[in-house]
Amino acid sequence: MTIAVTKVRVEDKLYQNRYLVDSGRPHIIVRPHEKPSANLLALTYVCPAKCYELNDRGQVEITADGCMECGTCRILCEKGGDIEWNYPRGGFGVLFKFG
Amino acid sequence: MIEQFDAIVVGAGMSGNAAAYTLASQGLKVLQLERGEYPGSKNVQGAIMYANMLEKIIPDFRDDAPLERHLVEQRLWVMDNTSHTGIHYRSDDFNEAKPNRYTIIRAQFDKWFSRKVREAGATVLCETTATELVRDGNGKVIGVRTDRAGGVVFANVVVLAEGVSGLLGTRAGLREMPKPETVALAVKEMHFLPEEVIDQRFGVKGDEGCVIEAVGTISRDMAGLGFLYTNKESISLGIGCLVSDFAAMLESPSALLDAMKNHPSIRPLIAGSEVKEYAAHLIPEGGYRAIPQLFGDGWVIVGDAAQLNNAIHREGSNLAMTSGRVAAEAIIKVKSRNGPMTKGNLALYKTMLDESFVIKDLKKYKDMPALLHTNSSNFFTSYPRLMSYAAQNFMRVDGTPKIEKERATTAAFINARSRWGLVSDAVRLALAWR
Ligand SMILES: Cc1cc2nc3c(=O)[nH]c(=O)nc-3n(C[C@H](O)[C@H](O)[C@H](O)COP(=O)(O)OP(=O)(O)OC[C@H]3O[C@@H](n4cnc5c(N)ncnc54)[C@H](O)[C@@H]3O)c2cc1C
Ligand code: SF4
Repeated sequence: MTIAVTKVRVEDKLYQNRYLVDSGRPHIIVRPHEKPSANLLALTYVCPAKCYELNDRGQVEITADGCMECGTCRILCEKGGDIEWNYPRGGFGVLFKFG
Repeated sequence: MIEQFDAIVVGAGMSGNAAAYTLASQGLKVLQLERGEYPGSKNVQGAIMYANMLEKIIPDFRDDAPLERHLVEQRLWVMDNTSHTGIHYRSDDFNEAKPNRYTIIRAQFDKWFSRKVREAGATVLCETTATELVRDGNGKVIGVRTDRAGGVVFANVVVLAEGVSGLLGTRAGLREMPKPETVALAVKEMHFLPEEVIDQRFGVKGDEGCVIEAVGTISRDMAGLGFLYTNKESISLGIGCLVSDFAAMLESPSALLDAMKNHPSIRPLIAGSEVKEYAAHLIPEGGYRAIPQLFGDGWVIVGDAAQLNNAIHREGSNLAMTSGRVAAEAIIKVKSRNGPMTKGNLALYKTMLDESFVIKDLKKYKDMPALLHTNSSNFFTSYPRLMSYAAQNFMRVDGTPKIEKERATTAAFINARSRWGLVSDAVRLALAWR
């Protein structure tokens, strides 16, 4: 339940930010998996934009729209093959007004 | 048409702008690539900017750079859940003609710096992501591929100024990807308040500014640091902890930040503010031992991409600017001797950087990152709690004889950490600091 509360808050926070979403071209992809690795599971807590969520089959899914391109998930999960990480195409993604 | 440049700089952050400006102002043909819509749109910083290192690049920057406040006071707060023990340093000497440190807003600052780069003659292409290094048959880097149509560009040397999570260098195998225990994840909010309210709450006036850095239970057993920096009409507030700690503790960074804002010492400082942005970024914290190979055939690495960041002193932008400038000066020297941009010739960059404060400072603290990483619960939770206990016990006047109070404090420290633990922490801290 606490998670749900946090989630709303993060979405509210992201609402302040400016994004140019590259529709249909997500820059981060979670590789298909049966059971998430510990690091992949950790992202459901640790991603500062709450992009990662567990689905009802116990697998981790990503919605990269609110991504702030911090690279945390890449550091935790790219090497082990859990995710494929790229920057959005030039000009797309988060656009900090202040930074 | 194939266009050949003297140098391509990947990234328009602090290090890339310093490099591109220095190269272009010496007449080199420079192309700079930036993936953001404008320089700064992807960048996050606290942000304190150190004048000396920028002065070495643009001596008269104060004339038109977007600066917020110059710093006259610094506070270090050691926090437990309800208190803080503070060390404050304030001096009117900081109200000098050419102040030493300023707060800045990176999106604005980077735009300004980039304008200077263009005025110096470089070609700056925004909204362009470099996707891959291009090499010749011998492995020498000869250019970069971009995500623009037909987007391969060539140069004698490529300056990788792509920041902490840069893709090019790691994909090309020039350096390792940072490890979870050598990078911190920081989250930050911009809190807007009228200028007079900030002046009043922080006891400053005019362009004076104050910074607060906070360690302790706000990072919940993780190695971390909170910060609160005054801008003209806003407060930059954030907290960062090691990625490895976040993953081990399954903490939510945004919840951690919210808890910090609710701390009774911090809440009144931001009361009534309007939050206009929430940002996240990594900070390289591996220090000296994490610095990768800095140069090779046709390439150099500068700034955060090279882990040139002094986490102990929360300095990064100045190391970035300096490494960018020094790399550019080395390239200029090699070119002026008509030398090719080979590994042997570009070693000059490393030699010059070794002589600067950048490498000397990082070397000084080479053992700190490991110490803080393995001792985080003592340094960030036990000791702050004990300090608060000691201070409160000392200040409460309740009829207990002072000698008993002293004994109780000593006992609390020993209880929490054992005599041996305390001594060994002190020794290790002293050795790492040396
Ligand atoms: C929360 C926080 C607080 C901080 N506080 C301070 C502080 O108070 N004082 C201080 O001195 N330092 C501070 N730092 C550190 C400082 O921000 C960095 O050290 C500094 O920004 C590093 O500069 P850089 O040029 O190496 O990288 P960056 O500034 O990150 O710039 C990298 C640039 O490269 C671009 N780029 C990356 N990949 C590509 C690509 N493939 N193609 C095109 N462009 C690309 C990015 O968009 C970006 O513009 C802080 C950092 C954080 C996160
Ligand atoms: S890059 Fe950062 S914000 Fe984006 S999905 Fe990964 S962890 Fe979340």
